[in-house]
Amino acid sequence: MNELQWGVKLALYAVMGLSIIAALGTVMLPNLFHSALALIGVLLGSAVIFLALHADFLAAVQILLYVGAVMTLVIFVIMLTERLNDKTLVQRNSQSIAAAIASVVFLFLTVKTILKTAWPVPASPVPPVEVSDLGAALMGEFVFPFEVISVILLATLVGAIVIAKKDKPA
Amino acid sequence: MDQIFVEAKSRTLELLKPFLPEWGLILASILMSIKVFAVLGPVTMMYLTLLERKVVGRMQNRIGPNRVGKWGLLQPFADGVKMLTKEDIVPAGADPVLHFMAPVLIVVPALLVFAVLPFGRGMTGVDLNIGLLYFLAVSSTTTIAIFMASWGSRNKFSLLGGMRSVAQMISYEIPMVLSVVPVILIAGSLSTNTIVEAQSSLWFAATPWGFFAFVIFFLCGVAECNRSPFDLPEAESEIIAGFHTEYSGMKFALFYMAEFMNSFTVSAMCATLFLGGWQGPLLPSWAWFMLKTYSLIFVMIWFRGTLPRFRVDHLMGLAWKFLLPLTMINIFAVGFWYFNAGIVRWLGTAGILVLSFWTLSRLNQDYVLEKRVYRFAD
Amino acid sequence: MIIPLEHFLIFGAVIFTIGIYGALTRRNLIGILISIELILNAVNINLIAFSRTHADNPVAGQIFAFFVIAMAAAAAAVGLAIVLALFRVRKTILSDEIDLLKW
Repeated sequence: MNELQWGVKLALYAVMGLSIIAALGTVMLPNLFHSALALIGVLLGSAVIFLALHADFLAAVQILLYVGAVMTLVIFVIMLTERLNDKTLVQRNSQSIAAAIASVVFLFLTVKTILKTAWPVPASPVPPVEVSDLGAALMGEFVFPFEVISVILLATLVGAIVIAKKDKPA
Repeated sequence: MDQIFVEAKSRTLELLKPFLPEWGLILASILMSIKVFAVLGPVTMMYLTLLERKVVGRMQNRIGPNRVGKWGLLQPFADGVKMLTKEDIVPAGADPVLHFMAPVLIVVPALLVFAVLPFGRGMTGVDLNIGLLYFLAVSSTTTIAIFMASWGSRNKFSLLGGMRSVAQMISYEIPMVLSVVPVILIAGSLSTNTIVEAQSSLWFAATPWGFFAFVIFFLCGVAECNRSPFDLPEAESEIIAGFHTEYSGMKFALFYMAEFMNSFTVSAMCATLFLGGWQGPLLPSWAWFMLKTYSLIFVMIWFRGTLPRFRVDHLMGLAWKFLLPLTMINIFAVGFWYFNAGIVRWLGTAGILVLSFWTLSRLNQDYVLEKRVYRFAD
Repeated sequence: MIIPLEHFLIFGAVIFTIGIYGALTRRNLIGILISIELILNAVNINLIAFSRTHADNPVAGQIFAFFVIAMAAAAAAVGLAIVLALFRVRKTILSDEIDLLKW
């Protein structure tokens, strides 16, 4: 059974590495469609990480919503706003070197803090969360954010339609 | 007889036991299940193409293919050889990555869903406790592959067909997801096995809310597979072949395979959720499952042979203005069902649903055009 | 836990940093939106990792991540609607060509 654990660990590290490569592809590829596909790769990788963390409902919801709906929307808009000479344009603006240095410094500081902090170990292992627990929490403890987010989504729907509508000819 | 496949698998594992370490046994068990699905998927698709051609032929008053082998049973092999030997043409301006990856990425979700279908008693591939949500999530990633195919082909008709197909698929996903919510409410779980076992007393399709949910889920499933009467994206007489215009040879065979595997999985899921899955009196459980699935596939082929195609605004109007409100009222009706008992709940639920169906169909009728007034130049 | 907590947190931090680099650097407006989605996804990974190991209310972490996904979808929808409207008027989606308010 130890070998299976090793196999799963290796697979998880491989998925994490591939997701990081895909994330680098997202921000650096000049072709926008390819970078959207790389983002889909990152989202699928993080769905696998969610599964490894026993958040199976959230992994399925991530694939259903993020990959199935949000990325479809993004790709739709990419296809609607494409210009022919965009492919030869460079995709980095003038502050890319400063941004790179700042990001690396930020990453270094964050990783140092993470490694230095003594994360408290829980007394007893945390019980895995079932889908029914999530449902009960949404309707019980978190019912107010649930209602608020339904209002937000309604506002988003109406707002997006109003903003993106073509103006009627006078 | 019922557990013949489960017994075969455990006997094979026992035979392998002295040779393999413990983790090897687990790996062997997983590989055996995967191999069964990897063989079952394409073989199903091949014989589904033959079934469709013969049934549509009979509906059109002709015999289908019957030359290759008795009753045309070797026809799929002939089709396979034809597709393999065709030249693989890639358009000059096509994006090579997108054009190549699209047929691969469209088959992957179609195959992944086979893992959660309950083929018989104890014969689910993986009994996930989010099985139904996994099915819905994985089949929603098909839209990305269709985008890739239509955009990578650099063809206006491809692009138009692809956009229409994606618009249709995302519109019909919402009533599909909402129509299984009543099933989840009553069965109390997302696992496909639990849902089948919750129907041991009464099939869900025999209840008023279940009947409406069954019809809505089936229609949305037919729309998700881009089959007639929802096949505007690949209509031959209108848009050449939609998003798979520029594909030939094996890549086209992969698209075709994905469409048929999708129709198999949608029918299988429909049979699981609403028609009682593998439950039935005399025959073994996997025989009942296949019987129910194939009768739903027969209904899909019947639709194709009989009904004309939808116009695109009728298609979208049906999803957003009719099916979506009906699914929401269905969720309300199943709440009514849950909290009442006896004859009250049957009559109440049926009453709510029939009334809402009638109201929605009245509201969705096309307006009557005004009488035209002709004015002639004098 | 199969992998120590720090590795998940470092993974989240790396993706967050890559997202920030992308949001600061991309010229294309949709590229900026895609990088923001990366940032929100990294936050989700962090939340779920903590919910699995340390929470005395583990449901809260997953519910929080759930709401972050919903808010990210809403933000992407409105952002893309604005991009579409802008494209219709200015015929461009490169952020340095949209500089009418610049002084």
